[in-house]
Order: sequence, then structure tokens, then C-alpha cells
Amino acid sequence: MSSVRVLVGTRKGAFVLTSDGKRRDWHVDGPHFAGWEIYHVKGSPADPNRLYASQSSGWFGQQIQRSNDGGQTWAPVGNAFAYDGVPGTHQWYDGTPHPWEFARVWNLEPSLTDPDTVYAGVEDAALFRSVDGGASWHELPGLRGHGSGAQWQPGAGGMCLHTILLDPLDPQRIFVAISAAGAFRTDDGGVTWKPINCGLRSAQLPDQDAEVGHCVHRIAMHPSRPNVLFMQKHWDVMRSDDAGDSWREVSGNLPSDFGFPIDVHAHEPETLYVVPIKSDSEHYVPDSKLRVYRSRTGGDEWEALTNGLPQRDCYVNVLRDAMSVDRLDSCGVYFGTTGGQVYVSADAGDSWAPIVRDLPSVLSVEVQTLA
Amino acid sequence: MIRVVIPAHLQTLARTSREVQLDVTERPSLQSVLDALESAYPVLRGAIRDHITLRRRPFVRFFACERDLSHSGPDDPLPEAVATGAEPLLIVGAMAGG
Repeated sequence: MSSVRVLVGTRKGAFVLTSDGKRRDWHVDGPHFAGWEIYHVKGSPADPNRLYASQSSGWFGQQIQRSNDGGQTWAPVGNAFAYDGVPGTHQWYDGTPHPWEFARVWNLEPSLTDPDTVYAGVEDAALFRSVDGGASWHELPGLRGHGSGAQWQPGAGGMCLHTILLDPLDPQRIFVAISAAGAFRTDDGGVTWKPINCGLRSAQLPDQDAEVGHCVHRIAMHPSRPNVLFMQKHWDVMRSDDAGDSWREVSGNLPSDFGFPIDVHAHEPETLYVVPIKSDSEHYVPDSKLRVYRSRTGGDEWEALTNGLPQRDCYVNVLRDAMSVDRLDSCGVYFGTTGGQVYVSADAGDSWAPIVRDLPSVLSVEVQTLA
Repeated sequence: MIRVVIPAHLQTLARTSREVQLDVTERPSLQSVLDALESAYPVLRGAIRDHITLRRRPFVRFFACERDLSHSGPDDPLPEAVATGAEPLLIVGAMAGG
């Protein structure tokens, strides 16, 4: 019988939540790496027992942990993230040049085919790759070096490369997103990159449709259609049908088009999920109601999903990496909140139930569907 | 024999006890002791000082003999009591975060 394993990163450790395919009864294991910030935990599609975790601390820096047994045991691997060559500068918050400085790993994206190959998106924004199971890391410098890097600027959370999408149909194509620089694409395996932000408009920029500088919060794709991308921007939900060459807004009737996560149904490429947040200064849900919004039309038309979610006195946020879907026949949708709840819907969002209510603030949620 | 006390999170990371004992062949200094510590426990590389610059991480402090050695030079000799093993070098996570 199929089962699911939910990998949860929090401000104070990692948790592994497991259930059978019914997704009603859960076993909670953790905290792993207690007391450390776990920005992301993700499993290898090529070997589901191979997991990578980003473990960091303001005191003691960055560690990468690896598990070869589905999260039962872990071992630290390489943690040296050295920028290629002379790092140069990007813009600081006040617009002055600021040297590139490594802070932490936000996102780990294992290769679709090789358990020993994994990509890391880091702050200050850059993309690294390991081909030896995380033992050593090497920057793909073409991203920072393509020409606009000196204009990138941190968002409130830091200048982070937070999203890495590997094209399942074209191993040379990778998409990344950076706050606050925008989305970028390589078509040659990471050697050269180009910004793909045409159609984005950001009122926070002097040139609202600038080539770079947009605060992209998250991008998502369905693996069967990697040319169709969905984006939750600082404000605006966007869609591209040409691999990011152009974007159009699909916020439609959302109560707020500010938010962080966006994800796609496992079996319906036009079914999307977002969690509207009130505003960029009020990082909680509108009207004190926790509502996931679902579009079955690829955007523009959205319905509120509320069954089982708190509809009064709720002031949590859902961060960019804290939503995921499983691949069971009835697609499961999962998200975690800054209040420490992790919710599951085993029916594509129609109804929800908490798996856990009182974890530390949730930074990331990833789901593995196991045979 | 140099005695070094490391903070709880790094004990977990290095899978070791609160106090570790190190043979330091050179004259004991912060640099030579940290070199020996990282050689014995490679997982601590980058956790106490930067991988490349070897500068102390901002929220890490070095204490010994009731003195704050955090701002000492990397090659300054450690106090005699640390060099003889009578007192430990304390690696401490700074008060930060409320």
C-alpha cells in the first residue's frame, strides 16, 4: 500500500511525519537537529531514502545533513559554500554596493535522476551544485555573472535564491527564483542564464517592469508541462505559457494577491493552490481566516477552501516553501504555518485536518509519495 | 594537553562530550587550538570560524581564566593555565536572540 512521508523544516528543528495512503493517522518523528533552523528538507526522486536537509544557526553557521534511510539517521556532509572567483557586489537595502556574503542555504533540489547530485540555492543569492552527495559544493557562476548581479537587492528576508525547478523533459533547463531579483532560466545546464521577468510589474521599483529587481516569492510547474510556469510574486499571481519568456497576471478574484507559496495539483496541470496573505506588512491571512485558494482554470478564477481550517481569530502566515502535494490518486495537499500547524487535505483541498498543531514555526514542507 | 569546552549544539554536531582534549604541538594560540579542534572534528569547520577567512563567527566567543579572549589575535599565546591544561578554553555561543 502506498504511504507518504512529509518532511517539515521549522525554526527549531526538522520533523518527519508519516502515514499510510489514507492520510488520517500520523506518526510524528523529531525534532531532528533540535534548536537549529531547518530551512528545507527534500528527498531524491531517484532514491526516496536519500534526503538532504539545510541546517543553519545564527551562531554556528551552515550545515548540510544527509540521510540514506529516509530520515531515521543523518550525517553532516560538506558545508563549504565558496563563491566562484571574486564575488563582487550587489545592492544593499540602501542601494549602496555590498559584497556578496554567504549566509545560509534556503533550498535544496536533488537531481531527478542521480541521488548524489543536488542543487543548493543560497543567500546571498547564488546557485551551487554537488555531485558527490553533498560532500563538496561548487557554484554555477554564470547566474551571478550574467550581467545584472550588481543590481540585485535583498528582500526583507535577505537576498536568497529560494526556488529551483528542474525541467523533467530537458535536463539542460533549470529555472530559479531570487528575492529580490526575479526569475532566471538556463538552457545549457547552468552555464549561461537569462532573466525571465517580462510581464512582471512591481510598484516597489522605479521602473515597474524592469528586467530584474522583482521580488518573486515562488514559482511552480507541473512536471508534464514544464513550459507552463506559475508564480506567486510579492504582489500578483502570474502565469507563463512559454517557459518564462512572458508572464500575465492571473490573480483574478483572490482576496489578496500577496502571498508566498504556490503549487500545482499532481494530476491536474491547470489546478493551482495559493494562500493569500493580507499585505507585505501584515504577514497574516486576510479577515483572520485561513483559506487556501484553488483555481481549476490555471488562474483567474479562484475558490476558497475552508473546510477544516480556522475561520476566525487566525493570524498565521504560510511561507514560500511550506506547501507541497503528494502523488496519490486522490491528490494530497499539505501546508505548514508560522504558528506551527501542518495541515493535510487528502481530497485535493476540499477538506483539511491538522497533522500537528504545535510545532515550531514552519519554514518548509515537502512530501514524498512512497510505494 | 589542551582542554576545550564546546557549546551544546556543537557537541551534538560533533558527537562528542562537553570537554575535549587536544594535543597541540605548536605554542597554544586560538589559531593552533582551533586548527587542532577542526582536525579532530572536521564537522566543526565553518561552525566556529569562517571557512575561508578563518575569522571568528560573530556570535561565538572565546573565554578562559575569566577573561574574554574573543578579540585576541589568532596567534597570541593563550594563558599559561590553558597551555598547561589547568584551565579549559571555553567556546561559547554569545548571548543573542533574546
